[in-house]
Amino acid sequence: MINVKNVSKSFTLHNQGSAVIPVMDGASLQVSPGECVALTGASGAGKSTLMRVIYGNYLAASGQVVVGDLDVARAEPREIIALRRDTLGYVSQFLRVVPRVPTLDVVAEPLLAVGHDRQAAMDKAADILERLNIPERLWSLSPTTFSGGEQQRVNIARGFVHHYPAMLLDEPTASLDARNRETVLSLIEEAKQRGAAIVGIFHDAEARERVSDREVDVSQFTPGLAA
Amino acid sequence: MNEYNFAYLDEQTKRMIRRAILKGLAIPGYQVPFASREMPMPYGWGTGGVQVSAATLTPDDTFKVIDQGADDTTNAVSIRKFFEKTAGVETTEETYRATVIQTRHRIPEAKLRDDQILVYQVPIPEPLRFLEPRETETRKMHSLEEYGLIHVKLYEDISQHGAIATSYAYPVKVSDRYVMDPSPIPKFDNPKLEMDAIQLFGAGREQRIYAVPPHTKVVSLDFEDYPFEASKANHACDLCGAEDSYLDEVIMDDAGNRMFVCSDTDYCRSRRAAGHVGRLAEENAA
Amino acid sequence: MTPLLQVKGIDKHYGARIGCMDVSFDLYPGEVMGIVGESGSGKSTLLNCMAGHLIPDAGQVIFDTRAEGPVDTVTMSEPERRMLSRTDWAFVHQHARDGLRMSVSAGGNIGERLMAVGDRHYGDIRDKAIDWLGRVEIDVTRVDDRPMAFSGGMQQRLQIARNLVTGPRLVFMDEPTGGLDVSVQARLLDLLRGLVREMGLSAIIVTHDLAVVRLLADRLMVMKDGHVVETGLTDQVLDDPQHAYTQLLVSSVLQV
Repeated sequence: MINVKNVSKSFTLHNQGSAVIPVMDGASLQVSPGECVALTGASGAGKSTLMRVIYGNYLAASGQVVVGDLDVARAEPREIIALRRDTLGYVSQFLRVVPRVPTLDVVAEPLLAVGHDRQAAMDKAADILERLNIPERLWSLSPTTFSGGEQQRVNIARGFVHHYPAMLLDEPTASLDARNRETVLSLIEEAKQRGAAIVGIFHDAEARERVSDREVDVSQFTPGLAA
Repeated sequence: MNEYNFAYLDEQTKRMIRRAILKGLAIPGYQVPFASREMPMPYGWGTGGVQVSAATLTPDDTFKVIDQGADDTTNAVSIRKFFEKTAGVETTEETYRATVIQTRHRIPEAKLRDDQILVYQVPIPEPLRFLEPRETETRKMHSLEEYGLIHVKLYEDISQHGAIATSYAYPVKVSDRYVMDPSPIPKFDNPKLEMDAIQLFGAGREQRIYAVPPHTKVVSLDFEDYPFEASKANHACDLCGAEDSYLDEVIMDDAGNRMFVCSDTDYCRSRRAAGHVGRLAEENAA
Repeated sequence: MTPLLQVKGIDKHYGARIGCMDVSFDLYPGEVMGIVGESGSGKSTLLNCMAGHLIPDAGQVIFDTRAEGPVDTVTMSEPERRMLSRTDWAFVHQHARDGLRMSVSAGGNIGERLMAVGDRHYGDIRDKAIDWLGRVEIDVTRVDDRPMAFSGGMQQRLQIARNLVTGPRLVFMDEPTGGLDVSVQARLLDLLRGLVREMGLSAIIVTHDLAVVRLLADRLMVMKDGHVVETGLTDQVLDDPQHAYTQLLVSSVLQV
């Protein structure tokens, strides 16, 4: 489902003497449907970078990044948009939304985007917010005013409300209490059961061991760090 | 005759105006620019109509001038005298006798014939002007037949007043093509714009001439659910009893007594001469 | 899929000065594209060339018309182009007063495009105007008020309603949130996002505000000195800019 082949990535800082910073080289990764792969490696090794390359957020310098049947490294913007809408979900560490939009709408949006009718989308959004223990009185407010933990849960709700066949999870259990952490882990397990291919970053070792099927150390892709 | 050239204007100018008139007749409702001359009267007193009349009159014509239907207002009298002096044409107050009738803000009640010419004085010839101040843009709208804007005005009328409150200078579409301002005639007169006589419109200050040839289709614009109505005061003339003519309301005294009289003075006079009597006719005579 | 708009090799000079040079791209149905760059980068020139307000010196602006399929709007007749601009196209000006008739009521402003395409039923026109006031979140009791009496944000929303009432397929926007308070901007952006999705609109948004394009645009075109220096997926261009100028642009934004 997710097939990364020999990807390299470097940043060229044109405004700082055109310094070229290689950050990834020879990265390869395959994730099958129903499988969860955890990325490991020290901070700065390139876990998030690899994830962003898969999401199309960073431009791969070379190599292939195939998700479904689309090579993200070479796709047109509209193809990537369609991929993100239908196939590839991403739960980042930060919630980025239009201010003022009510939480319920924020969470329902991925469903509306794939053509669910409004009522059905709202119902599903309500279900998942309830599961994640966001009090109903907050649903009509914009999440921009919420606490960090609440924002994180809204972000997770938004990421899991539509059943993406492929998912990228960046620290999904960070800053959550035990009860919500448990909910998120079961959401991940459910996603795996329905066949989602998942790439995750989990600092929480216990969580990582519970949901991931194998680990890939990205340090091996880091230029200058590779063993 | 006298020291004036016939009908005041020189022959070259009259030829120029006649060319504009002919072009106007050839393209009904289209505003033809012309080189308006200074006339010995102020703008707003009918300089456009006077120039058209001057270019139209022949020594054999009989000339009549009405101002809001009346032959005896200052404006009507002075224009009539102007042509008596400069053209030496016969003048009349009787509609049926006139061959050229210059008018300000009315169409005579009597049906006009195909040997008559009606000349309108026009203050603002551009019907789109109030919403679109740019002449370049209104000309383009006319040429491309983009007339949505004129309905915006009618929409505004209904939304503000509950009905189309435009009661004069009511816009019309001529011969299924040009939207035209019929000059500030009451909308009661709009149905009469389809007539046997030639209608010429002259705007002196704005330097435009336009025309409606005889038997031309003239449609007053409206909405399907707010159709055009040619309205008038719901009265009969208090002098001649006419129920089909456009009426002026006259305040009689400080007590609020009013009377309604025909705005077309010739029409009223000829009806009374024929024996028709209105509600206040005897008192007036007394 | 046929692109809704194909821009090919657009050049525009102002005398010896470059307005924009050799701009080409395809816009597909439902896509929202942002054009960013500093003042004088040629983005407004480009927008006006595409919208038919300026005649480019060279190039084609091919629009997929409903009736005849793809047609070059640069060479089409003026009546056709003007018809397009009040049916399938919409143009949202930065200053609402450039796009509104200030002496006409809100209802009349919205109704104008309907009347321009031949709608002649007052009741229907008014119903649609009221419906649209609601959709752009203006109190429907203001339908007979003139925009003069509206706040800047309301005027801008009215301008959007006036433009979208005929169900256009392509909307050109020139700094649609410029000059508005930040809180009003957010509300407008949210509204635009919703309308774009509901109506399946394609849009081209010119702005110098990177936050606006991040929220509204699927993809981005970065212009400098009349040339396109970078294009791509919006978040990719903003988070991983490749060109020196884009890097400078992105790094110049204050973080809040």
